[in-house]
Amino acid sequence: MRAFISAVYLFLYAPIALVVLFSFNAGRNASEFTGFSTMWYGKALGNTFLVAALQNSLIIALTSATLAAIFGTMAALGMERLRPRSRALLDGLFAAAIVVPGVVIGIATLVALVEVFSFLNSVLASVWPDENPPQLGLGYGSIVAAHGLFSMALVTMIVKARIASLGRDIVEASGDLYATPLTTFRLVVLPQILPSVLAGFLLSFTFSFDDFIIAFFVAGSKTTLPIYVFASIRRGVTPEINAIATLVLVASLMMILIARILMREKKPTN
Amino acid sequence: MALALNTKRRMVTAALVAPAVAWLFIFLVLPFIAMLVFSVGERAPEGGYQPAFTFAQFANLPARSAAFWNTVILAPVGSFVCLVVAYPVAYYLAVKTSPRYRLLLVSLVVVPFWTSLLVRTYAWMYLLGSRGIPNLLGMIGFEEVRILNTPGAVLLGIVYGYLPLMIMPIYVSLEKLDRRLLEASADLGARPVSTFFSVTLPLSLPGVMTGLALVTILLLGEYLIPQLLGGGKVFFIGNALVDLFLQSRNWPFGSAIAVTLVVVVVFVLLIAMRIAWKIAGTRQVDLV
Repeated sequence: MRAFISAVYLFLYAPIALVVLFSFNAGRNASEFTGFSTMWYGKALGNTFLVAALQNSLIIALTSATLAAIFGTMAALGMERLRPRSRALLDGLFAAAIVVPGVVIGIATLVALVEVFSFLNSVLASVWPDENPPQLGLGYGSIVAAHGLFSMALVTMIVKARIASLGRDIVEASGDLYATPLTTFRLVVLPQILPSVLAGFLLSFTFSFDDFIIAFFVAGSKTTLPIYVFASIRRGVTPEINAIATLVLVASLMMILIARILMREKKPTN
Repeated sequence: MALALNTKRRMVTAALVAPAVAWLFIFLVLPFIAMLVFSVGERAPEGGYQPAFTFAQFANLPARSAAFWNTVILAPVGSFVCLVVAYPVAYYLAVKTSPRYRLLLVSLVVVPFWTSLLVRTYAWMYLLGSRGIPNLLGMIGFEEVRILNTPGAVLLGIVYGYLPLMIMPIYVSLEKLDRRLLEASADLGARPVSTFFSVTLPLSLPGVMTGLALVTILLLGEYLIPQLLGGGKVFFIGNALVDLFLQSRNWPFGSAIAVTLVVVVVFVLLIAMRIAWKIAGTRQVDLV
């Protein structure tokens, strides 16, 4: 049994480890390690297309995760005050946002936005004072919208679980001590749920930063990092991709580790 | 006074959920309606969509039956293989590991799930490519072994990508299992093997079902793994959709396929929920 378990862990980590190892390979060849070098990292970071894609990905991940953390937390706080039927409906919509395959989310967002944009553009063209009305199109906004959908559902799920484990007595105690609802929220509820909000933010960031398929549909002319990596893989496997892959791995590794620490720390000790 | 308070409370509640409700409506409900409308439309001559009301797109679904069958066969097969590998791992983590190492070992399972599937799939592409494992096999006498771009490679990628998602729910259900039941079973003279089959396994079934449902549903919409490891030869519905939307630009037909995919996903969910109802006592899954 032990041997089997070790084999599974090896299976999970060996391929990643090899990619990381060969990102430091001096040679081009994938099958022999000819010496240590960081040249591929230099090459990757000197690549302006790559840096632009990375920038896009960071902007999109930061925006969608921030919006998701704020709106998701608000929804989690509001949902426990809703009537059971509205709550069930909202729960269902959030579940749909998580369960519906990314490829479908991408397509649905694409077809809806293309229609909405063509309508808005024609309206804009007719009311704009001069000949050059602004053209609305796919880009940052559409990716943030589609990523935010999943992320918001994720944050709501995590924060709701935290609120459920809180217990109502400390909130009631705070009220008995004449704290206003706002003070109770600021001094009692917020500190308790903050780790789960941050965890939700980090997981949302990771999701958006790593997502390929949704962005592939709704990115328009924008290139995100996963889209760039995918396109370069299709052009041929090079050591430079190993270096980029390693950087992506390190980034999401850090996010997920912090998220896990945040979610573990303040668990009730009983 | 009480009435005013009540109204205020309701307004606060509405303000709290309003942004999320608006977001869900504009970017989930509305797009779904648009997709349904597109699926009964026609392809415009220059590609894209023109309004119509026809079920021709749905009648044309058999044109992509290869992708459909690949998906509905490889998704359950893949999640079943995941289950076979995942169960012993989850069991070991929940029952056999000392608490000191458990958190670390569980983290090591969860972390890959949250790292880029693209990068992890690429890792196998790199390993299975002609200069990777086939090259090593060539050195020990197995010439011309092709692994990349076969159904086997896709299955391998599936197990690699989704194993963590299968381990977690099973681990959660096994971890919550009351140890005293196992002791009671042993005290009553059951051997470990029969304790496992009559106590442990039935009690972990909710976790097994959750894992099977989650992995199958995600696999039904998979694109990257068949694309990178199947090399266009092992085609999933996801690949057909990308082709229809971004290459051949037949949006109505693509929408019809996407609608069908959603129907299949809902069908799988309903089956899973039915079985879960039967075994009762479903547990919340901790994905992080």
